[in-house]
Amino acid sequence: MTTTVADHHHDEVPKGITRWLFTTNHKDIGTLYLWFSFIMFLVGGSMALVIRAELFQPGLQVVDPLFYNQMVTVHALIMIFGAVMPGFVGFANWMIPMMIGAPDMALPRMNNWSFWLLPFAISLLILSLFVPGGGPAAGWTIYPPLSVQGGMGVDLTIFTIHILGMSSILGAINIIATIMNMRAPGMTLMKMPLFIWTWVITAFLLIAAMPVLAGAVTMLLTDRHFGTAFFDPAGGGDPVMFQHIFWFFGHPEVYILILPAFGIISQVIPTFARKPLFGYTSMVFATAGIAFLSFIVWAHHMYTVGMPLSGELFFMYSTMLIAIPTGVKIFNWMATMWRGSMTFETPMLYAIATVALFTVGGLTGLMMAITPADFQYHDTYFIVAHFHYVIFCGSVLGMFAGVYYWLPKWTGHMYDETLGKWHFWLTIIAFNVTFFPQHFLGFAGMPRRIPDYSLQFAEFNVISSIGGFVLGFSQLILLVVVIKAIRGGKKASAEVWENPEGLEWTVPSPAPYHTFATAPEVK
Amino acid sequence: MTESFRQKSNRRVAGWLSLWVVGMFGFGYALVPLYDIFCEITGLNGKSATLTEVSAKPLEIDRSRTVTVEFAVNVSGIPWEVDRPETVRLKVHPGESMTVTYAAHSLTDALSAGQAVPSVSPARAARHFRKTECFCFTRQELAPRESKLMPVTFVVDPALPEDVKTITLSYAVYPAKDIEPANS
Repeated sequence: MTTTVADHHHDEVPKGITRWLFTTNHKDIGTLYLWFSFIMFLVGGSMALVIRAELFQPGLQVVDPLFYNQMVTVHALIMIFGAVMPGFVGFANWMIPMMIGAPDMALPRMNNWSFWLLPFAISLLILSLFVPGGGPAAGWTIYPPLSVQGGMGVDLTIFTIHILGMSSILGAINIIATIMNMRAPGMTLMKMPLFIWTWVITAFLLIAAMPVLAGAVTMLLTDRHFGTAFFDPAGGGDPVMFQHIFWFFGHPEVYILILPAFGIISQVIPTFARKPLFGYTSMVFATAGIAFLSFIVWAHHMYTVGMPLSGELFFMYSTMLIAIPTGVKIFNWMATMWRGSMTFETPMLYAIATVALFTVGGLTGLMMAITPADFQYHDTYFIVAHFHYVIFCGSVLGMFAGVYYWLPKWTGHMYDETLGKWHFWLTIIAFNVTFFPQHFLGFAGMPRRIPDYSLQFAEFNVISSIGGFVLGFSQLILLVVVIKAIRGGKKASAEVWENPEGLEWTVPSPAPYHTFATAPEVK
Repeated sequence: MTESFRQKSNRRVAGWLSLWVVGMFGFGYALVPLYDIFCEITGLNGKSATLTEVSAKPLEIDRSRTVTVEFAVNVSGIPWEVDRPETVRLKVHPGESMTVTYAAHSLTDALSAGQAVPSVSPARAARHFRKTECFCFTRQELAPRESKLMPVTFVVDPALPEDVKTITLSYAVYPAKDIEPANS
């Protein structure tokens, strides 16, 4: 890499708070996103602990039912829109330019804006908990008629969703523009790292799905205040239609949450198996296939609303079809590890755990795809167990894998491997202690989103609550690991790992403020 | 590949994608009429355009079958009491025109207006259940403490699938909004 005089001038890192407020540097913005995501992860996690404290024993002890419902709703909204989505955008900001050999994102100022929308949006959501009537309490799906009836908190939630949607759409536009226009010479589409592929597909999903959600909540808003009757049955509207529109967004949304994690572990596994990724082309097509299918399966979230048999069959078969591209991915990761020279550093442990535990969530998903079976599972703790296995074990563990994998590149220091392993084992064990028993609770008929339960569910709930608290507090280890790595530690080499693939390993660690001012040549 | 060329093409990509975003926002709204049309064509969801359709020639009465029609009503958000017809279950032959009467009582000392929203289940039967006269076609106004009889005239189409033995007609009565009444 050649550096010019002009580059040296730019290498001065701005100081103070204005650096972060006005930054257009992709690494700074990535850092902001990642910290924001982590803080939201802890905030949303604390709300989960309120839920688990209440469910520790039957009866009502800790919070009143309305507040419990608010916790359930806001926990989900914060984790989805505040922790997981911004977290992956943070990875995208940090890694995409470095992985495709670009000096920065395509639209740096818009990048700054899309981050700074987030704190305001989330503040509105948290504010909603303190207004008369409290926060949203209808679940993150904000189904009418309940959400038409709620207080001012629901309006604040609607505005939150508008702003968050705007932020992620801007982020997605930026990511697509970067990947389409800014690749280093020689990096053809089919030479892009898989993380880039999964993100460009995710960005298209965002652009197609988020505006539909924005439309749905706008209709909700006008139903509440401006006399329209899209969903309000009092005016001839139809609440079930909201479910259709919501899940038309909602199902692509779950792939928005998971695909970037697939991308991260597709980078991590080859490095620690010391083999190139098995079946690269099939991985790309499987990702695109999952993205396409995500738009035609939405009604499997609402089998019990009274659909005709033909509808149920269509959504059942199309949903089961998703198992094929997902299976392709799972087997490709396994084939990558097969006979590799594997070592088990923390990122690799997390990547393997993602593959193994996401598969558990995927299989329960397949069970729920079966319409008659779903009539039993619907709105029970089985569903809660299922989506925590996919979102925590898919998205969040994938993100942890990414944090440990790239942390030396970001900070220039190796993280503390011992603490990393503690974090891993505590997280994995506590997670399973928390959520595995919820499968049984669901089978036995414990409904979700209810603060009280019958006596026969008590034992599994105790186990689940204990696991939940261990899981929650274990995440503080990650905070310690990250702070330690920022402050010092063993110097990381440019490559960090043993012959990892990708342009990000050709720049020094920590990555300089400006990288690839001159595009590298990709052979 | 100069810098300005790249900037231009970045802006172009962003422009196209923004258009797409606007289009998808519109698509969200377009789903509303699409949904209604889909429900009308298929008769799903208990609503169907044929509900209000007055057939030109009287339907032939099929005396070989009997269908039980059940009546239900519930009131939400308006100080009314609405009674269901005295015969809660009525046995009818398909093609036969029947009239039943609901009764509404206002419990308030003010003028009030309500709108009844009908729903027919099972959904498969909705398109074969025709109301020729119904208090749900218009908003109903009640003077203070007034009671009012509200008739419904309906006919079950003989084309009703053989295996449907019972049809439930249910009304939800809401305060009338200043908008078009439900199109069913």
